[in-house]
Amino acid sequence: MIWDSWGAFWEMGGSGPFVWGSYGVTTVLIVAELIMLRTRRVSSTRKLNRLMRAGHGRKLPEVQGS
Amino acid sequence: MKTRHKRFTLILGGLLLLVGATALVLSAFRENLVFFHTPSEVAEGKAPTGRTFRIGGMVEAGSIRREGVEVHFAVTDTARSIPVVYSGPLPDLFKEGKGAVVQGKLGADGIFTASEVLAKHDENYMPPEAQHAIDQAKQTAKSLQQ
Amino acid sequence: MSTSESRFNLYHYAAPQAFYPVAGKLAPIFAAIAVVLAVAGLWIGFFKAPTDAVQGEVYRIIFIHVPAAWMSMFVFLVMAFWSAVGLAMNTRLSALMAQALAPTGAMFCFVALWTGALWGRPTWGAYWVWDARLTSQLLLLFLYLGYMALVAAIDDPRRRDKAGAILCLVGAVNVPIIYFSVKWWNTLHQGASVSLTKAPSMASIMLSGMLVMALAAWAYTISVALYRVRVLILERERHADWVRGELARLGEAS
Repeated sequence: MIWDSWGAFWEMGGSGPFVWGSYGVTTVLIVAELIMLRTRRVSSTRKLNRLMRAGHGRKLPEVQGS
Repeated sequence: MKTRHKRFTLILGGLLLLVGATALVLSAFRENLVFFHTPSEVAEGKAPTGRTFRIGGMVEAGSIRREGVEVHFAVTDTARSIPVVYSGPLPDLFKEGKGAVVQGKLGADGIFTASEVLAKHDENYMPPEAQHAIDQAKQTAKSLQQ
Repeated sequence: MSTSESRFNLYHYAAPQAFYPVAGKLAPIFAAIAVVLAVAGLWIGFFKAPTDAVQGEVYRIIFIHVPAAWMSMFVFLVMAFWSAVGLAMNTRLSALMAQALAPTGAMFCFVALWTGALWGRPTWGAYWVWDARLTSQLLLLFLYLGYMALVAAIDDPRRRDKAGAILCLVGAVNVPIIYFSVKWWNTLHQGASVSLTKAPSMASIMLSGMLVMALAAWAYTISVALYRVRVLILERERHADWVRGELARLGEAS
């Protein structure tokens, strides 16, 4: 262990706000990307399923899939 | 149809904003391609006169002198050196023998009055013991040369 | 961001129908690799790597800053590669690959800028300067956002793919400008610590932490892009029979 204590670890030699601000925001962005990806998958399959059922086998109308 | 229309205008507006931002960034890019001039370039008259610009180089060893709120030091590229006067907060990494970039105006007396001082560090990362060993090796090499 | 397997059998797996299940199998594997590598990298970065002689502890930002910056540049190059393939060979999957990568590339680009600002303040003395490195990296973020907005704005899939591909290929010029900016011009940003032309100027334990984090970023990007391309394939191929079957299956599952 290169840190004397957990306090020293969070302190980061006085650079705590900069180091943890970097790692914190990165973590939040990664989690946000994963949530957005999941939301999109769920909403997209739901929408396509609805259109498929409404279409009864006919060619589906153009939808925006963004 | 109406929501799609609305969405389209929204996205078009966003795109236009981005294009504007990009244009601004590109103009900043062109202006700051030369982020700083070296003291030698300043001596050759290549630096702009009458407006603020930046000088980059090493803080000359032994040149830092404090007078009240003012800090006097010299920026050098080993060939030439320019005296700088500055009053304000200095970055932690500002040290003699280390890189610095100063922004300000060159006076007629040849003294550069800085409004901002930035530290420029190098791309070397090592533990303090390794740095200490390198410093000692340099000292030894120097004493052998003399 | 394909695998060697799909590149080997390029023509077979270039069909969205064939690639969809492959992506589904590979994505969780890469996700697991990303988690393992990130944990290992952070452990090295925070508990094994020593303090830096000049900067103290704040240099530990390097373990995300550099991998994120590398990834943001590399992803754009891969998008340009897929764009070129799509334009040249008219394959449907390539454009979807580029579109699946863009949000992740943009995320890493923002992370590089954000962590750079938080690193610049305590070391240089400024969150931001308009030097060539920082300015060209900001331009890369705008290219990512512009690409995503453009792709979202065009309804016709074929025109959407083409417009996106052209923007990608033109924008890719910016990547070497970012990379070499610290060599070509005077910048506040220091030169590269790691490059192909010289020995790394970092203590080896610091370097290994950074490289492990870079590999984690790679695995994360591959995984997320594969998950995303599956959604894009379903949306694009919704008229195909196999998609109807898959949708019915997904509909029952949810």
